[in-house]
Amino acid sequence: MTETRTLRAKDAPDLARFEWDDPFRLESQLSEEERMLRDAARAYAAEKLQPRVIAAFRDETTDPAIFREMGEMGLLGPTTPEAYGGIGASYVAYGLIAREVERVDSGYRSMMSVQSSLVMYPIYAYGTEEQRLKYLPRLANGEWIGCFGLTEPDAGSDPAGMKTIARKTAGGYVLNGSKTWISNAPIADVFVVWAKSEAHGGKIRGFVLEKGVKGLSAPKIAGKLSLRASITGEIVMQDVEVGEDALLPHVEGLKGPFGCLNRARYGISWGVLGAAEFCFHAARQYGLDRKQFGKPLAGTQLFQLKLADMMTQITLGLQASLQVGRLLDRAEAAPEMISLVKRNNAGRALEIARMARDMHGGNGIQEEYQVIRHMVNLETVNTYEGTHDIHALILGRAITGLQAFF
Amino acid sequence: MKVLVPVKRVIDYNVKARVKADGSGVDLANVKMSMNPFDEIAVEEAIRLKERGVATEVLVVSIGAKQAQETLRTALAMGADRAILIETDDVEPLAVAKLLAKVVAEEEPGLVLTGKQAIDNDMNATGQMLAALLGWPQATFASAVTVEGDGVTVTREVDGGLQTIRLRLPAVVTADLRLNEPRYASLPNIMKAKSKPLATRVPADFGVDITPRLTVVDTREPAARKAGIKVGSVEELVAKLRDEAGVL
Amino acid sequence: MTVLLMADMRDGALGVDATAKALGALAGLSEVHVLVVGEGIGDAAVEAAGLAGVTKVLAADSAALGKGLAEPLADLIVSLAGDYTHIAAPATAVAKSVLPRVAALLDVMIIPDVIEVAGEDRFVRPIYAGNAIQTVTSADRIKVFTIRTATFRAVGAGGPAPVETVAVPSGSGLSEWVADEVAVSDRPELTAARVVVSGGRGLGSQANFALIEGLADKLGAAVGASRAAVDAGFAPNDCQVGQTGKVVAPELYLAVGISGAIQHLAGMKDSKVIVAVNKDEDAPIFQVADYGLVGDLFQVVPELVAKV
Repeated sequence: MTETRTLRAKDAPDLARFEWDDPFRLESQLSEEERMLRDAARAYAAEKLQPRVIAAFRDETTDPAIFREMGEMGLLGPTTPEAYGGIGASYVAYGLIAREVERVDSGYRSMMSVQSSLVMYPIYAYGTEEQRLKYLPRLANGEWIGCFGLTEPDAGSDPAGMKTIARKTAGGYVLNGSKTWISNAPIADVFVVWAKSEAHGGKIRGFVLEKGVKGLSAPKIAGKLSLRASITGEIVMQDVEVGEDALLPHVEGLKGPFGCLNRARYGISWGVLGAAEFCFHAARQYGLDRKQFGKPLAGTQLFQLKLADMMTQITLGLQASLQVGRLLDRAEAAPEMISLVKRNNAGRALEIARMARDMHGGNGIQEEYQVIRHMVNLETVNTYEGTHDIHALILGRAITGLQAFF
Repeated sequence: MKVLVPVKRVIDYNVKARVKADGSGVDLANVKMSMNPFDEIAVEEAIRLKERGVATEVLVVSIGAKQAQETLRTALAMGADRAILIETDDVEPLAVAKLLAKVVAEEEPGLVLTGKQAIDNDMNATGQMLAALLGWPQATFASAVTVEGDGVTVTREVDGGLQTIRLRLPAVVTADLRLNEPRYASLPNIMKAKSKPLATRVPADFGVDITPRLTVVDTREPAARKAGIKVGSVEELVAKLRDEAGVL
Repeated sequence: MTVLLMADMRDGALGVDATAKALGALAGLSEVHVLVVGEGIGDAAVEAAGLAGVTKVLAADSAALGKGLAEPLADLIVSLAGDYTHIAAPATAVAKSVLPRVAALLDVMIIPDVIEVAGEDRFVRPIYAGNAIQTVTSADRIKVFTIRTATFRAVGAGGPAPVETVAVPSGSGLSEWVADEVAVSDRPELTAARVVVSGGRGLGSQANFALIEGLADKLGAAVGASRAAVDAGFAPNDCQVGQTGKVVAPELYLAVGISGAIQHLAGMKDSKVIVAVNKDEDAPIFQVADYGLVGDLFQVVPELVAKV
């Protein structure tokens, strides 16, 4: 007696094939446009950035031409509408671009993030039409380099404690104060600076300053042992006089800088996974190629455990950032979601880079293998834009309703 | 002059093809696909001809699965003007050439530029077959292309060096690796390419018989070559080659 | 069943090695007629007639055919095609251009780069840069194919077979030859050489590539290069061994400073004996090498030149 049975495909005993480098099929969750934008960014990063990063990091040099190139490729401020020189891309696309650039170096991604989220975004979101038209197209094409001044020597995790002050004058404002750990500052043409404005009841307001204005200087901070391919400086303002047109009129309070930082941090949550993927892939290949005791390192249990942990964290992190990006694109994302992915992904990426360094043995400390560069870079990325612990406090406050910052 | 560039969507150059265990072919499920690199070179050359004022329009055509749209969008983002997708299952070069010949009859390009071969089936045939069906001259393996007047001068990579020939237009030229280095599409151009025209057709529109002539009986992994031994010195190497291998 | 084999021709001379190996590939098919084309080919026709397995030589003596232009050659072959069940040629640059054109004119498929003739309608060929080997059968009335000769044994002397002159169709004037720029060398031709010495990125410069040439001259070998070396400008394009370059299968292949990318392996892995010299003991080339020597090529190569 024969029996005719049909099994639905999803009930069949054989499941689908697994891809170690795309476990949850991120590829299939992206639109054609997102994939194309990602591939273009990857090609640029691999062909133009990768060949120069080892020397740039070793020699602590930042090539300003990279901004021109990135501008030409459309990597700067991609979410900005076309009318202002952007391409109107989705936040998911922005994240994918950050991942590709940071696959090469966190410093290059930092240069791009600052320009995009911390300079172009506030001018677009908080600026006048004149400010938008004046600055955005030339920031988008990389002709101008921008920087973002919030952190001060005595105001890091607590930006409300800033001392920079703007006093009202007849035709505008005069600014005094200093900012530190400012990416791009020494080579910047445009400075978005946050200051307490006396004319606005001491509230924090944003100002757009231009290079060359009297009293403004931006000395380089040398001797960093991390993000050496990305230049960092201070911003020193001594009686810097600006007109009324320097004020970003449409925001006041910490909401202003946080609106920028949320977008940058979201991009970082993707970017660090690019660095982590580089380290994971490098460690895997090294383990397959390197033979000790007559067999590949990758054939040992300790090595495989580390690879499994790396792949797992990267995969979960990518799904998380993708979901936050989709919510951002639907205007449904909360800042705490961004804290969650920035904190988790940066922390995990740092762990992965440290593991990869270890798995490379002695070779892991050599610049040619690149994992130690990612490792020391990620130390910074784990700290800047809200430290790992500060984001825990943001999440803790959301969970309990009790703030524990102070 | 209109330039027509046939492009193929193939397994990405960096992905190693894996043979299915049952010998039925190469496993393409969830594998990254890209434009055939030689076709990308052809697209770049066509765009350069347009930038030099030689070509007036660059039309890209792909014959294959629906997803080949992405390949065409890439070509549009590089700078091609218009695209046609002929949607079908994988077809042989002869059928591709027949479909392209029909497109050529409709579009009347002055030059067809395509890759010398696709890196999936490594046939190296479509350009030559199209030229044959059209009765046009052909130049394969091009490393330099110059259009002058009613002709095109092509330098070809042949055995032992280079050969330069001149063809009467219209003609078919197939691109070799060193013809140029293709640009990558910038992000703004990718966005702009979304609004460039992409028409979808099916083989039935052209009345062409695309029945395959070849039947694939078996696809398998090549026999692996086993690693030999490491020698410790030049003396040992020379001795082994002379006495053991007998090749010196 | 009769095969028309287009001989490998070089400026009126017979490319004996490729032609004899193609005859070796066709050994299982009964009659083989060899087509010899070009200008002043009398000697070549006689030489072809003396190869084992050849039952007739067709000689098309014409200046118009001498430069391997695809259009007149295809027209000639099509004019002869009626008598044949198979049309084949060694997979030279000329044949790879001409035979697909012939196939389309005959409304049949081309079967390129055959590495095994497994029957009168069954052929084996590499795809995906040699990462897969495919067996196909053809339903076409005439099987048109090119033969990757590297893996076949050349036939010896035979015959002599009769030589017949064939008429050349009048030219179409679609294309004309302008110039050849052939690298002049006393070394053997890359695809036919018994020994090949190839250099890779490890040489570091065009000047250092002379080391490879020196060793090749000592061994009477042809010079090859990896794609990386060619792209870096160390060696000319036509030296490139690999999937997109030349496919070689000499008795001895020496890979010097070549890491062994898959696309390079595709061009040389059928060599009988492979020797790899590389300073990186983990280089993939060692996985296909019969004899590997881990060391600095700048010391190893001069030592080899002195000791072989």
